[in-house]
Amino acid sequence: MKRRDFIHLSGLGMGALMTPGFLLTGNPVSAAQLLNPGLENAEKKALADIALNAAKSQGATYTDVRIGRYLNQFLFTREKNVQNIANTESFGVGIRVIEEGTWGFSATNDVSPDGIKKCAETAVAIAKANSIMQKEPVVLAPVQGAGEVSWETPISKNPFEIPVAEKIDLLLSVNAAAMENGATFVNSNLFMVNEQKYFASSDGSYIDQNIHRIWPTFNVTAVNQSEGKFRSRQALSAPMGMGYEYLDGLASEKIEGPAGLISYRNSYDMVEDAVAAAKHAKEKLTAKSVTPGKYDLVLDPDHLGLTIHESVGHPLELDRVLGYEANYAGTSFATLDKWKAGDFKYGSDLVNIVADKTQANSLGLTAYDDEGVKCKEWDLIRDGVLVNYQAIRDQANIINEAESHGCCYADSWDSVQFQRMPNVSLKPGKDKLSVQEMIKGVDKGIYIVGRGSYSIDQQRYNFQFGGQLFYEIKDGEIVGMLEDVAYQSNTQEFWNSCVQICDKDDYKLFGTFFDGKGQPSQVSAVSHGSSTTRFNGVNVINTGRQI
Amino acid sequence: MAMLSKEEAKQIIDKVLSYAKADETEVSISGGRTGNIRYARNTVNTSGESNTITVAVNSVYGKKSGVATGNELDEAALKRIVEKSEEIARLAPENPEYMPMLGPQDYPETKNFSQKTADIDPSYRAKAAMDSIEVSNSGNLTAAGYLEDFAGFSAMGNSKGMFGYNQSSSVDFSVTVRTADGTGSGYAIRDYNDIGLLNAKTVTEISAQKAQASVNAQAIEPGKYTVILEPTAANDLLRLLAFNMDARSADEGRSFLSKRGGGTRLGEKLFDERVNIYSDPMHPDLPGRPWNNEGLPSTKTTWVENGAVKNMYYSRYWADQKGVDPVGRPTGIIFEGGNESLADMIRKTQRGVLVTRFWYIRAVDPQTLLYTGLTRDGTFYIEDGQIKFPVKNFRFNESPVIMLNNIEAMGTPQRAGGNLIPPMKIRDFTFTSLSDAV
Repeated sequence: MKRRDFIHLSGLGMGALMTPGFLLTGNPVSAAQLLNPGLENAEKKALADIALNAAKSQGATYTDVRIGRYLNQFLFTREKNVQNIANTESFGVGIRVIEEGTWGFSATNDVSPDGIKKCAETAVAIAKANSIMQKEPVVLAPVQGAGEVSWETPISKNPFEIPVAEKIDLLLSVNAAAMENGATFVNSNLFMVNEQKYFASSDGSYIDQNIHRIWPTFNVTAVNQSEGKFRSRQALSAPMGMGYEYLDGLASEKIEGPAGLISYRNSYDMVEDAVAAAKHAKEKLTAKSVTPGKYDLVLDPDHLGLTIHESVGHPLELDRVLGYEANYAGTSFATLDKWKAGDFKYGSDLVNIVADKTQANSLGLTAYDDEGVKCKEWDLIRDGVLVNYQAIRDQANIINEAESHGCCYADSWDSVQFQRMPNVSLKPGKDKLSVQEMIKGVDKGIYIVGRGSYSIDQQRYNFQFGGQLFYEIKDGEIVGMLEDVAYQSNTQEFWNSCVQICDKDDYKLFGTFFDGKGQPSQVSAVSHGSSTTRFNGVNVINTGRQI
Repeated sequence: MAMLSKEEAKQIIDKVLSYAKADETEVSISGGRTGNIRYARNTVNTSGESNTITVAVNSVYGKKSGVATGNELDEAALKRIVEKSEEIARLAPENPEYMPMLGPQDYPETKNFSQKTADIDPSYRAKAAMDSIEVSNSGNLTAAGYLEDFAGFSAMGNSKGMFGYNQSSSVDFSVTVRTADGTGSGYAIRDYNDIGLLNAKTVTEISAQKAQASVNAQAIEPGKYTVILEPTAANDLLRLLAFNMDARSADEGRSFLSKRGGGTRLGEKLFDERVNIYSDPMHPDLPGRPWNNEGLPSTKTTWVENGAVKNMYYSRYWADQKGVDPVGRPTGIIFEGGNESLADMIRKTQRGVLVTRFWYIRAVDPQTLLYTGLTRDGTFYIEDGQIKFPVKNFRFNESPVIMLNNIEAMGTPQRAGGNLIPPMKIRDFTFTSLSDAV
């Protein structure tokens, strides 16, 4: 592990949208440097071969090399001010080997033939040293060498080619729109990431990948000073595996929902959403406080994505199930015996949940994972029954899989790759059903939109989720906005209370840009697709308090 | 180790400043060694160590600033960093909230460095892990733990004559021990500046004892309970209170410290009168950094006195706007306790719950500082002055503001998560549901 060059974004006053400034790593550079093409593939292959040969000559039975260039541009504004423009670049190589059945990893930013050779030798030395304490020799699932291949996120507008001034203008116009419509404060941000990753392994793979991700977001706050009350509404955008074209705001990608709500599929109108957010934040100041009790919940994809992430994505990570994360993130209720039984009802018959790193526009989208495995889609929950986990090469044998699922990831060249969550998505309902039709069937319910407060236990049984917007449903109609809403449930009970899922026309991606796991902690970005879904009889609490 | 002396650091900073052409220039150099070891399932997974040194230059033209960094100390490399930061600054937009750089400051000589921590090597970490694993091996238990240590320095100086130098070290160790059948789980965590204070075996024994004692937890009804919070649990909530004492948010009307009608609740009595919270960079058990996040000298500061809000954080910009002195965020807080031991608190409790730690704490309502989260790794039912049996974990929905109005008793403050926090007995703590998690 290398100590990172942290860039501290102090004094940003981000409020509820507290920016993970500590996640911004790398060296500050000019915006122009982000368009520098970096090393040619031929150079990277020659350097990778030095590492492969050096490790082999030291006795390694397997070696992989990741030459990585990680570029970030993060923009921060509030009201009329630009708070920060951070352009960073991080470049180096990480080398992982197996020697005597034990992993060894070393990384260096000295990307010279000599630096790489020494780094490979260190990785082997570490593996040898650790092998003394090894109790479980590594068993790798086989991988067919890919040869020399290249892949890039299919974007039409490279965010780094858009002038910074244009991006700042967009954010300031978002802020102006919110302020003109009643906001007291507004923060808006634009996060753009480009991972240029070259992977080579002793299996005969030389894989060059160029990956883009983007996340435009804001937080609008309305204050009623005389009553000493404030409420916020965050953006309904999703972080996406797309280029700047996500900000085109195409009408064809809008979904018109109940209560005049607009949500956005693969194209986002940030200014339009900011106008709506300002109105919503003001409306929240006078919304009715919820009466606690059992409600049927109608959950929008912008909200349900996080519930899927926490209650399905994390518990089905095989390293958690096995106990590797016991001291930090925790273990899992979805133990191997439940999976082996073959009839563990995770959810109702309607619940079909798939994992993939292949979905268009998703954050997980890539051709190969960080150990050179071709990415694919597989079932986690089929007709409500638990059928599989998320496993990488050194775990596949534990669940009798012939090959890795292709979900290994490292957040930097100097982080060791490990099992990370792929996209995990709920399949849409097969029957034609719109959100409006779904709401018509609900007598006493709440329609919840957007990502709010979220908390779940270390084995993923008990959770509590909030949201951005809550609408009361009475006798099939939305009758007004609610506040102080959070629902509590148990994962298995919750998914078994799933009674209806809207069809594919309502399907869209939710995403999380900075998901944390591991010690030292690493981040990853992952999407979750779903259509609006109904869950019956869920316990809702009132979170209002007086201090 | 990448450790520069005060003189060496000053020499490099002066050299960098001599290359600078901007209106104002600030240079910071930091370096040191960090190492870690991680284990799970009673075997080591990963370990590593690295030495780094980083030079960061902040150049300012008017109200436009730019930062560049580098890892090499030769003249050519240092000149490149200055040129790069000046180039970035010239292209940057104006920051209307920019505050001019500080002149010379009088920094305290804090004692936040331990040579013992600086002297450890990979074999020390391996031994600590093996000591820990041995405890669980001998008891049909499974240990997962993580040790991370750092020893290094930081120095800063600017074109207005400010200069500061500090050596620091830190050690963080945590271990979760679970019974082999997964029905019991315990946890213990320690943080120090001096690794000489860490005994991985003893800490693991505490975790193992909790794991064994928490086997086959029983369900009791959620509701309002008297709780006894061990310092780790109390810190989990109190650090959130300390984090939210920002004056600007309060003035803007979006904080629990905002006053109805405008302004802040500075001076108001918001908590039980036994609540006294301060920070002191010279405290021997919690030595801080000599300077705060804006480069001002760290000083002893009272945040809450006899239950009343005495100070809030004022950034230099916000202090200037409000015509007051800036007040920086402290490295850690010290919560004055009482003189009741944990054992006494349990003995004097008719019916209550003992909490080892909380987990997955998230803000629910920033207006009231309401948080939710769960108990984890050792939760026990107390009746008639005795621990009766382990209980299933609870979800709570509680505000530290409400909690600090419901104090029954407090003990001696102990170091927990970078703060000094006492064990606390609190009445009417709100548990809203049960969790089956172990």
